[in-house]
Amino acid sequence: MAFVPLTTDERQAMLEVVGVDSVADLFVDIPADVRFPHLDVPAPLTELETVAKMSALAAQNRHVGQLACFVGAGYYNHYSPSVVAHLMGRSEFYTSYTPYQPEVSQGTLQYSFEFQSLVCDLFEMDVANSSVYDGASASAEAVLMALRIARRDRVVLDGSVHPEYRSVIGSYLDGRGIDIVTSEVGLSDGKLKRQPVLDLIDDKTACVVVQQPDFFGTIRDLEEIAAKCRETGALLVYVVGDPVSLGLLKTPGGWAADIAIGEGQGLGLPLQFGGPGVGLMTCKQQHLRQLPGRIVGQTTDHDGRRGFVLTLQAREQHIRREKATSNICTSQTLLALGATIYLATMGPAGLKQAAALSHKRARSVADQIKRINGFRVVNDGPFFNELTVTCPTDGSTMRHELARRGIIGGYALGRDYSGLENGLVLCATERTTDAEIDRLIDGLREIGGGR
Amino acid sequence: MDPQDRRYTSEHEWVKLEGDVAVVGITDFAQDQLGDVVYVELPKVGDKVEAMKPFGVVESVKTASDLYAPVSGTVAEVNDQLATEPQLVNDAPYQGGWMIKIQPDDPAAIDTLLTAQQYADEVAKA
Repeated sequence: MAFVPLTTDERQAMLEVVGVDSVADLFVDIPADVRFPHLDVPAPLTELETVAKMSALAAQNRHVGQLACFVGAGYYNHYSPSVVAHLMGRSEFYTSYTPYQPEVSQGTLQYSFEFQSLVCDLFEMDVANSSVYDGASASAEAVLMALRIARRDRVVLDGSVHPEYRSVIGSYLDGRGIDIVTSEVGLSDGKLKRQPVLDLIDDKTACVVVQQPDFFGTIRDLEEIAAKCRETGALLVYVVGDPVSLGLLKTPGGWAADIAIGEGQGLGLPLQFGGPGVGLMTCKQQHLRQLPGRIVGQTTDHDGRRGFVLTLQAREQHIRREKATSNICTSQTLLALGATIYLATMGPAGLKQAAALSHKRARSVADQIKRINGFRVVNDGPFFNELTVTCPTDGSTMRHELARRGIIGGYALGRDYSGLENGLVLCATERTTDAEIDRLIDGLREIGGGR
Repeated sequence: MDPQDRRYTSEHEWVKLEGDVAVVGITDFAQDQLGDVVYVELPKVGDKVEAMKPFGVVESVKTASDLYAPVSGTVAEVNDQLATEPQLVNDAPYQGGWMIKIQPDDPAAIDTLLTAQQYADEVAKA
């Protein structure tokens, strides 16, 4: 077999069959003036020049290895034991492509099964799939799932769910004739002020989407919302903020969530410029048939030995076509593996410790910020590792000024919440050092013009 | 031959009037084609169903198929037993494997459906 896939002779032979003189003739249907536009691109570089140029560009990137990181907002700078990257990087895992006969790859299925089991343990939910693209797509899949189960067409979103998740939910629901109602969040008397979600839930509501800890970092009592869901027949869709928080907090299962999802990046995976992530997705047993994505099951083979299979595939589009639960036919297998190794390495005690340290650092940030004139912690309840602060100037200016000081200074709320233009969501993790917190506090004091 | 005390659809459902409600299930031929039934998704009592529109899904180890309502009406009862014992559809398609009972808008519509003989002819042709 020739290794040059297309020789000049072959090309000529094909052109003759088609009946044109040149490849350019294949494009005559495109108007001439836009057919082959002149592109002003630089001359080609040698390999040596290319490496030098790309290295220089890459060197302009600034990252959490160099900067003090105080941003979370969905992606968390948690510590990852080196075994995670080491094992994930093994070529058996790192370069393997999706097995088209999945059962042949028992190892892949086994670790996917372990992943599902660990996610179920972490969330205290009955069943998990083998992951979806990321937290945002998981939230949208959860809403679609709830719409199928409830067979209603109204969705209530808590305004403190991640704004990007709400946006993705909006995209997924676009054109389906679904009524989306979002509760408002603003500021009043120096505290977050919320329109009660409770008032928006009625007996036409398919689901209520809440996040815990929410986008502002606040941990809320969800008992009343859960009770109202039970009363009206709406499903409680629960977005886990930072999965590490479950080392300390009451779980989605504990809050009686029907469907619980989250971004799994915090479980030992790199920030990698904000993606790819891994969507964790779980539900109660009774909703299993409506859970999208791939599910790995444990079974026994002909000789009674333990084995793993893809199960419940009648939910999926290669069998059920247009009646499938979703068009997702895949999982974020490599990142799910990373999360699996992380959880197995940390164990319940390790996760609890990471969570407790994160919280302690965030407490330290809060305590010191409160003492700076012009700054205020506005959370309307306890927080885990993120907190919302109002500044003397708008949040994006603060961010800019902090960045000049080598600090990634949180998430500016202005673009998502009117009335919170001066708001900044700050995050600390177990990696945050006292020295970094000092730098942040000094920076805020300086920029705030204050004492 | 399938039971002659009821009518059939070309989508392999049967319907039998019992008092003023129409009992609906799938035929022996259908369950045989599906193989082992593992799950039956059914509507809720009070839901409206429309003639020859899907009212549920039957899932077997190898496929999933829509269930079509033989007549229009309101769901009066669903066979909850299928939630835990879906194999009833295989074991007793005309008895314990029934799926829903419909309060028909027009009971006479049932008489326009296929007889056992007509259904048998359709299956033979297929």
